[in-house]
Amino acid sequence: MTLTEQLLARASGKKTVSPGDNVWVNVDVLLTHDICGPGTIGVFQREFGKSARVWDPRKVVIIPDHYIFTSDSQSNRNVDLLREFARAQQLPYFYDVIDDPTGHWQFDSSRGPLARQYGDRYGGVCHAAVPERGHVRPGEVFLGTDSHTCTAGAFNLFATGVGNTDAGFVLGTGKLLLKVPPTLRFRLEDELPKGVMAKDVILEIIGRIGFDGATYCAMEFDGAGIASLSLEDRMTIANMAIEAGGKNGVFPADEKTLSFVQESCRRNGTHAQFEPVESDPDAPVLAEQTIDLSALEPTVAQPPNPGNRELAQRLSSVRIDRAYLGSCTGGKLSDFLAFAQVLNGKQVAVETFAVPATPLVASELHRRQIDGKSVWEILSSAGVRLTENASCAACLGGPMDTFGRLDRPMTCISATNRNFPGRMGHKESKVYLASPYTVAASALTGRITDPREFLPS
Amino acid sequence: MSTISGPAYVVGDNIDTDQIIPAQYLMLVPTVPEELHKLGSYALSGLPDDLYPERFIARGEETSRYPILIAGRNFGCGSSREHAPIALAAAGCRIVVAESYARIFFRNSVSTGVLYPCESAERLCERIRTGDLVEVDLQNETISVGPARRRLKSLGEVRPVVEAGGIFQYARKTGMVSTP
Repeated sequence: MTLTEQLLARASGKKTVSPGDNVWVNVDVLLTHDICGPGTIGVFQREFGKSARVWDPRKVVIIPDHYIFTSDSQSNRNVDLLREFARAQQLPYFYDVIDDPTGHWQFDSSRGPLARQYGDRYGGVCHAAVPERGHVRPGEVFLGTDSHTCTAGAFNLFATGVGNTDAGFVLGTGKLLLKVPPTLRFRLEDELPKGVMAKDVILEIIGRIGFDGATYCAMEFDGAGIASLSLEDRMTIANMAIEAGGKNGVFPADEKTLSFVQESCRRNGTHAQFEPVESDPDAPVLAEQTIDLSALEPTVAQPPNPGNRELAQRLSSVRIDRAYLGSCTGGKLSDFLAFAQVLNGKQVAVETFAVPATPLVASELHRRQIDGKSVWEILSSAGVRLTENASCAACLGGPMDTFGRLDRPMTCISATNRNFPGRMGHKESKVYLASPYTVAASALTGRITDPREFLPS
Repeated sequence: MSTISGPAYVVGDNIDTDQIIPAQYLMLVPTVPEELHKLGSYALSGLPDDLYPERFIARGEETSRYPILIAGRNFGCGSSREHAPIALAAAGCRIVVAESYARIFFRNSVSTGVLYPCESAERLCERIRTGDLVEVDLQNETISVGPARRRLKSLGEVRPVVEAGGIFQYARKTGMVSTP
């Protein structure tokens, strides 16, 4: 069996499963956030009754992250709805925006978008927060009310996005009927050359197979090249499995995975027993492709979809109005470090916004140094508009006052994950997706730029 | 219910969830009736105006006159927002006939039971025009435009779930969950 088949067989108590089987799986973690959580709670209470209890409070993780730093009153209210539910159900893993468990969240726009406005427990972007907070364990089934839930597959889990109704069902029963997907296997060989990042790997793959090329399929990443990828690299790759239509993306577990997860669960005091799965080498797959990492070059997805691939160097005539760094795809610490490496000592030529994925990333920006300067200082002196307020922000447009939102027809290069019409705001704006290196180099020149010439050798 | 008939609204390939329901309306909670109605009024408002001068919901209206949506490949790609099938249904759409679907949209249509997500092997989005009168016979799984009758792909194993009215009703029927 493939990794995904092993994971679903275990979770459904079966010896073996095959693609196409419909199985009831036991869910290990259900994740939700502020834009789907209130609806999920609504479904749960409608179907199981107002006084119903969730199936297991320790398996529910609630992380408000989407529409947080906005004056929109309904968005602020949604965070309050999550708080009320977490309190009534005594959920230990609710990462509130504010510290007062009986308070109300209200964004104070008079303090501006840059200064920190969250409390000590706030988690930031849920997909980046769950590994930090000890909620991913190899061998488990992890469902979330967000399509980028597939990010957690980097840690050898079955992780996929579901809607409010399915999530409401899980809240009440701890189970969900899932179809076992066929697996597409991607063998990654060799190592990435200078100037090329995990984002380029996944843009190359989506470009090759098409952005519906993995519809209904599991994307399993394998091969000797994986060892050279950090866990954040693997998260970036698994994160965009959905952009090829994939049901999930999944990696084998190695020493890096095990030590990260053990350390994170220990630090957070979360449950730390787990058992990784391994793929049978002869497990039949639907198709297999090899990607020679050493042959990859900085890659861009042009509008209007993430599969519209082109090399950065061939797009040097494209002028941009804005550059954006952030999200579950491109707002992690390694993304910021790469970004700062290119911007160090230089000035951006277009307005550039940067949003850390989590409060931990934000605090590390003050601590980590390059050439004796903090990453925060490097970006600020380069002219980047950098906020402490970790969230999904303009990756998905959001309310009109969202930091970095494309409010008019403009061209943006972004380290995020989607570039459909209107994704980052105005429906006539154009979004080019690229790695943090490429976004940084393009911010310096005002046109799409291959970053390799800007990197120290 | 065995047939759905009325004027069709036709869209092309890769209509993603942002075009079905733009993200700036996702603070509306679908289980709150007045917010559900409002969500419906924004259905398909993310479609570019130049490509779709005829709007799914006419200006000044809050619901659609099109109960049938015809689409190309990969309909509903993008986010997992259940707001997408729910907004279409709240606007008055009963059925989508697409060449293919993105996984989560299809799943959400089945789990909520608000929309029939039918598939056609033929590229209907190039044969049917917005406003054409269409009849879908769910019993026999056919679609007719004028005298021409075409076969739809079978809904197969998800049919009993949609017919039951969604995953909860289906699970109750099969004894998976008890009634509160």
